[in-house]
Amino acid sequence: MTIDWQFLMPLIFAGLMGTAILIYVILDGFDLGIGILFAAADKTEKDRMIASIGPFWDANETWLVLAVGLLLVAFPIAHGIILTALYLPVFMLLIGLILRGVAFEFRAKVPVHRKGRWDLIFFSGSLMAALAQGFMLGLYVLGLDFGLAAFGFAALVAVCLTASYAAMGAAWLIYKTEGDLQKKAVRFLRHALAFTAVGMVAISAATPFASPRIFEKWFAWPEIAVLAPLPVITALMFLWLWRLTFKLPTPDDRHALTPFLVLAAIFALGFAGLAYSFYPYVVPERMTIWEAAAAPESLAIILVGTAFVLPVIIFYSFYAYRVFGGKAHDLRYD
Amino acid sequence: MELDPLLLSRIQFAANISFHILFPTITIALGWVLLFFKLRYNATGDSAWMRAYFFWVKVFALSFALGVVSGITMSFQFGTNWPGFMEVVGNIAGPLLAYEVLTAFFLEAVFLGIMLFGFRRVSNRVHTFATVAVAVGTTLSAFWILALNSWMHTPAGFEMRDGQAFATDWLAILFNPSFPYRLSHMLIASGLTAAFLIAGLSALRFLVGDRSEAMWKALRTGVFLGAVLIPVQIFVGDLHGLNTLEHQPAKVAAMEANWETRSNVPLVLFAWPDEEARENRFEIAIPNGASLILKHHAEGVVPGLNDFIGEHPPVAPVFWSFRVMVGMGMLMLALSWTGAFFLWRRGTLPKPLFFAFAGMAFSGWIATLAGWYTTEIGRQPWLVQGVLMTHDAVADLPGSHVAFTVFGYILLYIILLVIYLGVLTYLALKAAKDGDSSPLPEVEDRPMSQPVQPAE
Repeated sequence: MTIDWQFLMPLIFAGLMGTAILIYVILDGFDLGIGILFAAADKTEKDRMIASIGPFWDANETWLVLAVGLLLVAFPIAHGIILTALYLPVFMLLIGLILRGVAFEFRAKVPVHRKGRWDLIFFSGSLMAALAQGFMLGLYVLGLDFGLAAFGFAALVAVCLTASYAAMGAAWLIYKTEGDLQKKAVRFLRHALAFTAVGMVAISAATPFASPRIFEKWFAWPEIAVLAPLPVITALMFLWLWRLTFKLPTPDDRHALTPFLVLAAIFALGFAGLAYSFYPYVVPERMTIWEAAAAPESLAIILVGTAFVLPVIIFYSFYAYRVFGGKAHDLRYD
Repeated sequence: MELDPLLLSRIQFAANISFHILFPTITIALGWVLLFFKLRYNATGDSAWMRAYFFWVKVFALSFALGVVSGITMSFQFGTNWPGFMEVVGNIAGPLLAYEVLTAFFLEAVFLGIMLFGFRRVSNRVHTFATVAVAVGTTLSAFWILALNSWMHTPAGFEMRDGQAFATDWLAILFNPSFPYRLSHMLIASGLTAAFLIAGLSALRFLVGDRSEAMWKALRTGVFLGAVLIPVQIFVGDLHGLNTLEHQPAKVAAMEANWETRSNVPLVLFAWPDEEARENRFEIAIPNGASLILKHHAEGVVPGLNDFIGEHPPVAPVFWSFRVMVGMGMLMLALSWTGAFFLWRRGTLPKPLFFAFAGMAFSGWIATLAGWYTTEIGRQPWLVQGVLMTHDAVADLPGSHVAFTVFGYILLYIILLVIYLGVLTYLALKAAKDGDSSPLPEVEDRPMSQPVQPAE
């Protein structure tokens, strides 16, 4: 294969899509996680938890639209195959996202005695969306195979991804809150971390056996030497974070943001491992990014726009996070 | 009964997009109205403008959230139910959708947070800027998606190779023949929807005893905005119809329920179009009316459905949706002009008009949906006019799966719609009860120095 636009364009878009998915998982991960942690919070804590994500969740979810949008526009055929295969889990995901999105607004605007109902819907929607995402990830990892074993595995991944979102949510709360809620968040984080670790080990163990090609990519010499640091570093980060949870919260609130950053790094490493396993396939073992790609001239049009607009988006997103930086206070319109 | 995935997928998409469009139709124009409130406040320092802003920004937030979640659903539907669409025209649709996400969605979603919750956290200037950014974002979103939708009606600037569309001229794709008309028609429709919603909820507040300045300001804004926009909309709608006549004659024939191509075509006011017999039953018509409207003289030749046998849309839904839209437009014209007259001469409305405005609060929704049904059903059996048939784009899914999801979505949408209407009413009644008693916003134009008020 020669290096030309025909070759480069799908590669660039696969990279962009991967980046968008990763950003989505990290950003919506923490606000979905906060929805999941609603199960263990009281009334005042819930308001504070909502306040910690209120100004951000809309934009966080937009990264999902971008990721699915990039799959749609850059790999239209794969988009069709994957989403048709995952028809029912996608439905569950969307219902979950709809429920939590509207609950977010409704809980603050309905008469006070109905608020509890919307808190419950916010929790259920978040849980549903997280489980559906994990379930889809599990099915995708095993090559969109629909046997009983695949379903069992997907169910395991669903639980673990949900737990890892809860961990992200807890880490975000440690950063955004103080006092009892912060202490509670540290405990949440510790419990959720255990599940997250199980999930990552499960996926790491299952992926190589999903196809001999992936097995070959990881365990052949010299690849194994180059790749070995990936799981080792991930494991070390887990251990360090686990130990840190026994020291948090520190009196001067140092390291309040650390758990979130470390978790984001763990997500990124795990994601990199998955990306390495599946490359160059966009539909596992069936269709490569080149086979699925849209016309290079259409992709070029998008790329030009992306090159200009994406830095601006990142810039103003940072600005918004800065405006609402620091510990969360009550959200008010006026 | 056999569960037909094509029919079910169409019902699902129709339900989805009908539910979705309700909310952008409000937010596109409401964003600009909020900016108007904000700018009036900046110019006059009158806190009533800011109170109007704080009330309507809640409606905006609620509508925006519903628009976002139903919009995410739309973006998945392309793949889950209509993979053929992207396979055939993905090279055209892709960049337009991508630009919508990149230039519009992020802009509105990020600045929405500052617009909603940032009043005490950023300077007044930045807050005004955030309001501008959100308004621009919603409008840009309409620009891109209507470019794509218009292209599906009047495709241009592409060539077909091996059954796939390839772009040859992006300006021609973007500014395809129906785009300027469709975009203006939709933007004004949004303006009218917001105008009547604002007037309607303000009238409701008046009826339960609210006499606050914020209510009056919003009421006047809504009534005058509606009165100004409705004649413009009728004019633009006429131009849009003439454009459709040129590019999609079968749709216009269905809108008029005209079976034979001929001159002196009457304007059918009421009829039951019978596709079996290919004639109208119970017809009440104005002689030469359709020829006059479409060709601007009585002898004008108007195309008939019989020229497009097997390739024209179902007649009755298009015919009736069109009439609902036009009828609603006429009601809006009558009400907003009467209301504007009274507000102008007397500074208030007679009591029955308050009831009328409250009753018409959601008239914009009905007109907008009817208009979209006219144009979208009117494009059938094509998905992309002359390029891709609807039945060639549908996914090969088990009918039972689609039936399950159709049922789920429709049920959820109905529930959400009822709750949305309930919450809007509740917000209006609550605001009416609070009246002018809420504390005045004090704003300084220095970043991060806004006094943060204690929580309620």
